[in-house]
Formats: sequence, structure tokens, C-alpha cells
Amino acid sequence: MSLLSFLDREHTVAKSGFSRWMVPPAAMCVHLCIGQAYAFSVFNLPMTKLIGVSQSAPNDWKLTELGWIFSLAIFFLGVSSAVFGRWVEEGGPRKAMFAAALCWAGGFFISAIGVSIHNLWLIYLGYGVIGGIALGIGYISPVSTLIKWFPDRPGMATGMAIMGFGGGAFIASPLSVWLMSKFSSATHAGVAETFVVLGVVYLIFMMVGAAIVRVPAPGWKPAGYMPPVSAQKLITKNDVYVYDTLKTPQFWLIWWVLCLNVTAGIGVLGQASAMSQEMFPGHITPVAAAGFVGLMSLFNMGGRFFWASTSDYIGRRNTYFIFMVLGFVLYCTVPHTGSIGSVSGFVICFLVIISMYGGGFSTVPAYLKDMFGTRYVGAIHGLLLTAWSMAGIFGPVLVNYIREYNVTHGVPKAQAYNTTMYIMAGLLVIGFICNLMVKAVHERFHMKSDKAGRALAEVGAASQPAGA
Amino acid sequence: MTTNDQQETTTLQLLLAWGFVGVPLTWGVLQTLVNAMKLFQ
Repeated sequence: MSLLSFLDREHTVAKSGFSRWMVPPAAMCVHLCIGQAYAFSVFNLPMTKLIGVSQSAPNDWKLTELGWIFSLAIFFLGVSSAVFGRWVEEGGPRKAMFAAALCWAGGFFISAIGVSIHNLWLIYLGYGVIGGIALGIGYISPVSTLIKWFPDRPGMATGMAIMGFGGGAFIASPLSVWLMSKFSSATHAGVAETFVVLGVVYLIFMMVGAAIVRVPAPGWKPAGYMPPVSAQKLITKNDVYVYDTLKTPQFWLIWWVLCLNVTAGIGVLGQASAMSQEMFPGHITPVAAAGFVGLMSLFNMGGRFFWASTSDYIGRRNTYFIFMVLGFVLYCTVPHTGSIGSVSGFVICFLVIISMYGGGFSTVPAYLKDMFGTRYVGAIHGLLLTAWSMAGIFGPVLVNYIREYNVTHGVPKAQAYNTTMYIMAGLLVIGFICNLMVKAVHERFHMKSDKAGRALAEVGAASQPAGA
Repeated sequence: MTTNDQQETTTLQLLLAWGFVGVPLTWGVLQTLVNAMKLFQ
């Protein structure tokens, strides 16, 4: 069997006796690696001193120039998950994981060359573009496979994988710092060597995931699992073709629900350290603020598993209602915690908020599966991730610019974030309304059986028109 | 008995797969927790 055929979907069909519990670790092999993106900032300062080493030289890169690397990667995450979603769905998880592994490791290797010859454009290309494509393909690669293996607990299954993405930074951050300390010297920062080692480690890790992943045989279901006999209003038994979802109001309502939920979280996640110190001057030191950021990352990761698993019991729409209502209450409470000087109240508010930020990411694949069926859920999820790219711009802009405006207009720094908190609460009200408007998809969008067969057969062809 | 159409997953395989992702993740979480404790010092 050649390597290419080994990657094909038909060669990944599980034989009888294969345990479905092998699939979540396969998915996590990929998500733990690409989750490194959240820890890329550990390279920012060392990369501003590649020439000067002990301090920045005039020809060294500036932080503003380096900030584009992460922005490009997140942009290409959204683009590639939308563009390659259908290819991932039809080619199978092994092929997608393999491609993601090559791109992710390749991105690191190209970036290492960029660091060695001090060419920033090579890093934009390597980590930003090629690495960003790996992020998109890798992120969606195990989603539909997990949902098919766990029809009884789809939220929990995808929650585990997406929790891995949140957890990737926990490994990458200390590992990168340790590697740079080993490779650095009085005349050398050690960034290029660290990139090479990370590329090799991630390549091996992701290849292991690609090797052990399996798709269930057609018609397979877990032992003792009985699909619900009575129809459930917001859980369809039909499939919607990937590009037909764009014609449904449900897709765009969920797109806005995700975008608003992520906007509310991502802004404070990026500014948590500065915000906590400015709101509680003298109480929260820079060291304590770093601890606060670490704690937030833990709740971001834990929330991904907790909320997605909870959604299996209370329903996806209800889970998002909790995000919106509880988030609204907490954002309105934050300014009050600042005015009474309650550090513990402030910390608790943001830990819950950030757990719901993570929960928003991990619950959405199962929400899409409920709305549009399992057939193209991975590709539809890819299209939806453009909401993440959008939120990545909205969130930080809202927090940074409103703070800046308030400070320049004489508002004390301790109160400069209050307006932003109320705006975030307002965004969640809009998200609540969007979520409230989500109804079952009209049957005219459901794939007919012959159309489903056609879609399976026409891999690589152009998209189909909406079924009418 | 294992045939061509059957491939039983062993407990060892499951342990290895979960350990492969679980050990580094636990190490990273512990590192983060140690740093996070500085908030309460």
C-alpha cells in the first residue's frame, strides 16, 4: 500500500473491535500541537533582539512588525478552514491531519530560515501563511469524525479535541522558553534552533495522530446506543450540503452568536494582564497579573470541555443562552468589583467569562451538527470559523481603543475599562437575540438521497446549487 | 481471535494513546498552575 493510498478515507475505516476511545487522543495529537499558536508571543521579545542580543539594535525587528505574524496566522486559519473544509470532509481525517502536519512543521522550518538570515517576510510566509493554513486544516480535521464516533455525546467528544487546542499553549510556552535557554548564548538568541526542534517534535506528534485516527464503518453505532425515536425540534436527522448552509438564516445566526461570544472574550483575554493591574493599582502586581493570565488560560481550556459536555444534557441553544445571560450579568458586575476594590470578585467574574469564551468554541460543532446533520459538519464548521477571524479584530480593537479614548479624555485608568465592559454586555444581548431566533432548518435545504450520493461522487467538483 | 475484519483495541494501546497526549498536557497544566499561584501570594 503506497503512502498516498494509506491516507485515503477508505483505508481509515475502523475494523470491528476498534475502540472509539482511540480517536480523541488522535484528535488531541493535532490540536495540542496547533494550540502552540496561543503561545507564539513568547518569541516576540527574543525576536526583537536577534541582532543586538542583549538589547534591540537599530536593525532589529519591532514588536509591531512581529505582531503581524500571529494576526496573519489567525487570518489564514479562518480562510483555510473555509476554503479547504469540503476537501477535509471528503478526503478524510488522516489525509487532513497529514497535510496539517506537513504545513505546520514546514512553517516552523521556513521561519527558522527567516530568523537565521533575518528576513521577516519568510516568517510571515512560514508561520503566518503556511502555519495559518495548517491551523485551519488541523482545527477542523477531527471534528466530524469525533461526532460520528460519539453520536451519544457529540459535545463531549469535540470538547475534548478543542480543549487540546486551548491546552497546546501550556506545553508550548514553557517548552519554548526552555529550548531558547538551551540554545542561546552571549551572542545568539537561539530562536532559529528552537523553531527547528519544535517543527520536528510537532511533525512526529501530528503524524502519530494521523496514523491512529479511524472513521467508523458505515452504519456503525455505539453498543447499546438507540438514536432518539421521537423527532427533536432542534436536532435534525437530515443533512444539509455544505454550501447550501450559507443560504440558511440559521448559519448566519450561529455565525453571529459565535462572533459576539468570541469578541466578548478575546478582547479581555489579550488585555487581562494590563487591565487587572490598572483596575487594581497596588493590589495586583505584574507577577500576580501573570498568574491571573495563567489561571484564565486554564479556565479557557477547562471551559471547552465542561460547557461542551454540559450541552449534551441541556441542549446547545440553552448552553449559549447561559453564555449570553451569565456573561451579561458578569460584564455588568466587573466595573462594580473595581469600584469596591474586590480583587476576588474581579478574578471570579473573568474566570467564568473566559470559561464561556472557550465553551463557545467547543459547543459550536455540536450545534452545527444538530442544525445541519453530520455529513458536512466539519466543512460547515470551517466556514463558521471566519467568525473567529472577525472577532479577533473586533475584540482587541474594542478594548484597546475605548480604553485609549477614555484615558486621553481624563478618565482615571482604574475606570477606563468600564465603558468597554458595558459594550461587551450589550454585544451579548445581541447574541442572545440571534440565538433566540435559531429555529430548525427548513426541509427545502435538506439533501435528497440522490443528491447526497452525487455530492459524495463529485469530489473536487464545484459546489452544488441549493436543493429546492 | 483477530481476523482481517476484526482488530481489537487493547487496554495497552488505549493507555499509550492517552498517555502520549495526557502526560505533556498534565506537565503543561502543572507548570501553569505553579505560575498562577503567584496571584495568591
